[in-house]
Amino acid sequence: MKSESPLSPHLQVYKWQLSSVLSITHRMTSVFNLAGMSVLALWIFMLFLGENFYNLFQIFASTIIGKFIFVGITWSFSYHLLNGIRHLFWDMGYGYELKTANLSGIFVLFSSFVLTFLVWVF
Amino acid sequence: MVQFNLPKNSEIKKGNYFKSETESKNIKKINVYRWDPDKDQNPRVDTYEVDMDNCGPMVLDALIKIKNEIDSTVTFRRSCREGICGSCAMNIDGSNTLACTKSAKDIDGDINIYPLPHMPVIKDLVPNLKQLYKQYQSVEPWMQSNKNSNGSESLQTIEDRSKLDGLYECILCACCATSCPSYWWNGDKYLGPAVLLQAYRWIIDSRDEERQKRLKKVADELKLFRCHTIMNCTNACPKGLNPAKAIGSIKKMLVTEKSA
Repeated sequence: MKSESPLSPHLQVYKWQLSSVLSITHRMTSVFNLAGMSVLALWIFMLFLGENFYNLFQIFASTIIGKFIFVGITWSFSYHLLNGIRHLFWDMGYGYELKTANLSGIFVLFSSFVLTFLVWVF
Repeated sequence: MVQFNLPKNSEIKKGNYFKSETESKNIKKINVYRWDPDKDQNPRVDTYEVDMDNCGPMVLDALIKIKNEIDSTVTFRRSCREGICGSCAMNIDGSNTLACTKSAKDIDGDINIYPLPHMPVIKDLVPNLKQLYKQYQSVEPWMQSNKNSNGSESLQTIEDRSKLDGLYECILCACCATSCPSYWWNGDKYLGPAVLLQAYRWIIDSRDEERQKRLKKVADELKLFRCHTIMNCTNACPKGLNPAKAIGSIKKMLVTEKSA
């Protein structure tokens, strides 16, 4: 008797490519950004509730975990913004050659950290 | 819902080990995905020790050597052995390529060989590509023209002809389609890079008169726009073509061409 065909392995065996890593990162940062917007909304809401609540939020924000979250949100926004611009270039028909796409990807990744750094320094 | 794990019947078990009977110092371990439809067993990975001093340079040579000398039950497709038929497309060392043009020397350590990803397996390294061929058929991959050519050939300027460069070379080996995560999760609706590159090949052909019909046909959220420019396709293509660019060109045409 013939048994039912198995599905060949996919994620389990496929090697990550620079392009695919950057692509899934773009998608993940979109989810982080949504969470980040909620934190931002909470911040404004706390401000609205009054000084005590706002101070509570500020105390949390100054802890290491708080700082990590805020820097994380900044990076997530930076990456998504820059890679979004990369996508716009693709939409205009530019940058599909492997070499160009890899270079622009590395540039976006690098710049996202630079942008995060700049935001927190200034 | 996307399923990231393999179904129960597809989980890979440990297989057999075939030790080399030669004294060779240049032994390469080749791990091959095995599944036999006549046995009620899960897939497994068998390991073969191959004497690379007495073996051709390509991964396909090693597979043929295994089949000839070690285990005749190993099943795979092959034909031209020079990268033009597309039969021996498989997942080698973690990415899709043709076994006949992939040098075994270029792979560090063991060589892992699996069938093209996320496809139903017929036997061992032979995937079932029925769905892909159906989708290929759906883009009507033939010249459609009502021009009366009076028995002469249909001419094309050098410029128009050059638009087909980087497209006509596609051998439909399915390396790109089965490297694409979007195609893995939505292969029943999304056409995938191979078929879309072919679709573009006919859209852009100056001799074809059904450009608008063709464009309209692929202008679909699922058929076309499941492409998120992940570019696994372009990374995989053993012919060095750029399906991602072809898909991008279709997307652009849909915006820039008025009546599309």
